[in-house]
Amino acid sequence: MNTLADTASPDSADTGSSLWQDAWIRLRRNKPAVGGAYVLLFLIVISLLTPWIAPYDYEVQNLDLGASPPSAQHWLGTDVFGRDLLTQIMYGGRVSLMVGFIATAVALLIGVTWGAVAGYVGGRLDAAMMRIVDILYALPFMIFIVLLMVVFGRNILLLFLAIGAVEWLTMARIMRSQVQSLRQQEFVEAAISLGLSQSAIIRRHVVPNALGPIIVYTTLTIPSVMLLEAFLSFLGLGIQPPKTSWGLLISFGAETMEEYPWLLIFPGLALTVTLFSLNFLGDGLRDALDVRGSKD
Amino acid sequence: MLKFLISRLLQSVPVILIVVTATFFLVRAAPGGPFDEEKAVLPEVRKALEAQYKLDLPLHEQYFAYLGDLFQGDLGPSFKYPGRSVNEILASGLPITAELGFYALLIALVIGGTAGVFAALKPNTKQDYIPMTLAMVGICMPSFLLGPLLVLVFGIYLELLPIAGWGMLPGDKILPSVTLGSAYAAYVARLSRAGMLEVLSQDYIRTARAKGLPEWQVVVRHALRGGIIPVVAFLGPAFAGLLAGSFVVETIFQIPGLGRFYVQAAFNRDYTMILGTTVFLSTLIVFFNLLSDVAAAWLNPRLRAQFQGGK
Repeated sequence: MNTLADTASPDSADTGSSLWQDAWIRLRRNKPAVGGAYVLLFLIVISLLTPWIAPYDYEVQNLDLGASPPSAQHWLGTDVFGRDLLTQIMYGGRVSLMVGFIATAVALLIGVTWGAVAGYVGGRLDAAMMRIVDILYALPFMIFIVLLMVVFGRNILLLFLAIGAVEWLTMARIMRSQVQSLRQQEFVEAAISLGLSQSAIIRRHVVPNALGPIIVYTTLTIPSVMLLEAFLSFLGLGIQPPKTSWGLLISFGAETMEEYPWLLIFPGLALTVTLFSLNFLGDGLRDALDVRGSKD
Repeated sequence: MLKFLISRLLQSVPVILIVVTATFFLVRAAPGGPFDEEKAVLPEVRKALEAQYKLDLPLHEQYFAYLGDLFQGDLGPSFKYPGRSVNEILASGLPITAELGFYALLIALVIGGTAGVFAALKPNTKQDYIPMTLAMVGICMPSFLLGPLLVLVFGIYLELLPIAGWGMLPGDKILPSVTLGSAYAAYVARLSRAGMLEVLSQDYIRTARAKGLPEWQVVVRHALRGGIIPVVAFLGPAFAGLLAGSFVVETIFQIPGLGRFYVQAAFNRDYTMILGTTVFLSTLIVFFNLLSDVAAAWLNPRLRAQFQGGK
């Protein structure tokens, strides 16, 4: 983790240091990562355009048709209500990706702030803040999310917050260890002696230099968040109909897979391919930015 | 070492207390009481019921009464299944979930560990790429997708294995265990590969090779011990994940274990059951985290020396 701290200078964002260029070159050589990035880009574009390009109306049912296998009219077939599966998957993907990105953003915001403050201020505050993280780490968060969804109803906003709230812990730990090692560097001492305020130092000098591991971990958090949402939706504790998500589609597909296997296979494929892409991209970024294991 | 163990044990106490307190008040804050569904309940009956479950007391008294019961190992009666205590329900589900978790973990360690070690022995060859690609598939294929797919292929199309149940038909334990274990096998494979790669590049391995030990001895006696530390450290969190995973696997395969009870309790708003299960599972998870930390510390000679040398 120190290659970043050692080589990047505080103004790296303006001039474009060779470190980031190197990382970019390394990333581009990694074929699975590049492939993952393209797939992801494709999925994001599709999701953004879904309301305009979806082949059918999302809610229109065709009970006469019922569940039909893939055909020329319905490329991925239809569900038991005769709704076009491709359309369902496209709308479900919007929700799944949105949960992934927003909950990760929540985690990023809390974790980076928490870790930066703890690592920078140090001393008792640091000890107290990291103690809290340790305790939260030991909590069985999965059970707590189930509990939250039961107690407060199944509301998407809460789902974002709940997932984000459990995923920030590792982020805070990574950020703190980054900041602690950065604090010792000369350029931070220089900034202090020049009289910059603490918040300015954190924002201008510390956070930009700790970006590498944060980017890597963010990329790896998105798939785990999406998995969590799908998991909850599968159990019936996440997204509720008439809204849909990939987890919910898989859950319905599993119920009728004996007669209509395509209802399970296509949503499953969509989720798996997305998770694949994100993980490959994350691994590629980790290699490119030379970030070591983020677990400790 | 003992000091470390005791300090870790003491650290677990506030964690469990927080779990109990947070869960208790969360569950009490939930809208809708447990007896709301039975509309025909007479006011007197309702009152009697509430008195029986201590719902008529002020909240803080309920809390302390609950803590008191808990201290004696009593998790209270179930709201949904009158006459059955949470303890009884947990006791009936625990052996099944434990067995399922044990098989899953066994699959994860044996298959994942072997794959990871073999991959690390010849990095960047086919022997590395094939298991690691499979591991990636395992990580990206969630249990709630893998389970139904396995049922579809092995249960319905090939008619090789039963599609549900636990201990009723021969072979019905295979699919649930594989479903639950595969993701962990994938993680174990990646972790043991990384751990072994790190260890195999160390000087003491070169020394072992230089003095002419056969390769298998170098790997098994010298490298493995250090190489599996990341795996051991992962076991604690993995255990928590296995329990959560049992929610899904037990639902898919209709296995009457703890996970299924928990999900049902969540749907039924069976408050004491939710509360009891949460407290019970959390304690288990905290305990296993502790075990895996201690084991990892014990395997790592540097850490061990630190504990033995005072502090």
